Amino acid sequence: MRETEDLEGRRGFLKCMAWAGTGLVWTVAGGVPASVGLEAAAATRKARPFSFVQVSDSHVGFAKPAINADARATFTQAVAKIAALPARPDFIIHTGDVSQLSKDSEFDDADQIIKAAGVPVFHVPGEHDVLDEGNGQAFLARYGKGATGGGWYAFDHASVHFVALVNVMNLKAGGLGSLGPEQLAWLKADLAARGPSTPIVLFAHIPLWSLYPDWGWGTEEAGEVQRLLARFGSVTVLNGHIHQVQQKVEGRVAFYTARSTAFPQPAPGTPGASPGPIAGPPGKLGSVLGVRDVRFVAVDHPLPITDQTLA
Amino acid sequence: MSNKASHGGARRRLALVAALASVSGFVALTAALAAGPAAATIAIDNFTFGPPAITVAAGTTVTWTNNDDIPHTVRAVDGSFHSKAMDSADSYSFTFAKPGVYSYFCSIHPKMVGKVIVK
Repeated sequence: MRETEDLEGRRGFLKCMAWAGTGLVWTVAGGVPASVGLEAAAATRKARPFSFVQVSDSHVGFAKPAINADARATFTQAVAKIAALPARPDFIIHTGDVSQLSKDSEFDDADQIIKAAGVPVFHVPGEHDVLDEGNGQAFLARYGKGATGGGWYAFDHASVHFVALVNVMNLKAGGLGSLGPEQLAWLKADLAARGPSTPIVLFAHIPLWSLYPDWGWGTEEAGEVQRLLARFGSVTVLNGHIHQVQQKVEGRVAFYTARSTAFPQPAPGTPGASPGPIAGPPGKLGSVLGVRDVRFVAVDHPLPITDQTLA
Repeated sequence: MSNKASHGGARRRLALVAALASVSGFVALTAALAAGPAAATIAIDNFTFGPPAITVAAGTTVTWTNNDDIPHTVRAVDGSFHSKAMDSADSYSFTFAKPGVYSYFCSIHPKMVGKVIVK
């Protein structure tokens, strides 16, 4: 165990507890992001250079008694856990589907709820957030200040470069998530200005890898994005959309999807299933959002692809 | 794209009525009138348009109903018609005036595709 800890500290091993709950706490030590479950984070007071939290798919406005009678309540629970963390995160990343139907009242409620965490929040839209007649203008007016074009942006925090991408606009019939040529050109220029040792964190709603294209779980330009990222030593890609933890490592790029705070969805390709809401165990929605998995993954070597379903 | 549902549909219905009257007489005429404006329905279940392809006469009003627990939309590939987001149990109707093949999809879940063939 001692050896593991030393390796983790000195050589920058990525420790990822793929936590299937209401949020993931990410810490960045030595330029290497790691994630642990909120419960585990609450149990430790180990100092880290900085941390941030990813939440996703709050679907405020979703209210189906058989699945989740009020997604506001479960989002509130998630935010309460964030607020109670002993090590205060520097910020929250919300990877989209803030709302169920892009209603102002839903965005208002979501803002009120997440405000309780007391830290800044960075948003990218999910497809549920761009359903207004203005094709996302309501979301962008609220969360897109300072963003470029269709809402994408980048920022630096403690030497880590964060890139927020939008892949839910102008989707084509039969297609996947899409960045579009303008955003791709912007991304290329943005990354070209960074040195290969700069840790990169990319986030977007729909998975930026071909997770399960039959259900639309992927992004058209995923291959081009991966080529742009290939020269960097540490890349972490955070997505939502599929309401479950999945991960994959491609070269030095690690992809993760997060759980929803509202409802689970089936594992990709479940026979007879569709990529829609499913119920948790009766009366125990929270129980399907518990700690699910622990992984140790070295980031300075080529890594095995770790596609994983959570049956 | 403009859509002249009432003009095109009315002309075709008149022509149909005239043809039926001349060939089959009074019984067929009353039957055609009793049928009223043509209508068809498409159900959205389990992330699928059912039926995924439907053939209707010009002037038919097609109504989609969302039976899923998640919102869907109906959007023509050529942009000629589109619904707002349909929440569970919401419906959307569109009257197809002109013959043609109208491909559409759900703009939220673009893997959902369908086709209305108007004769």
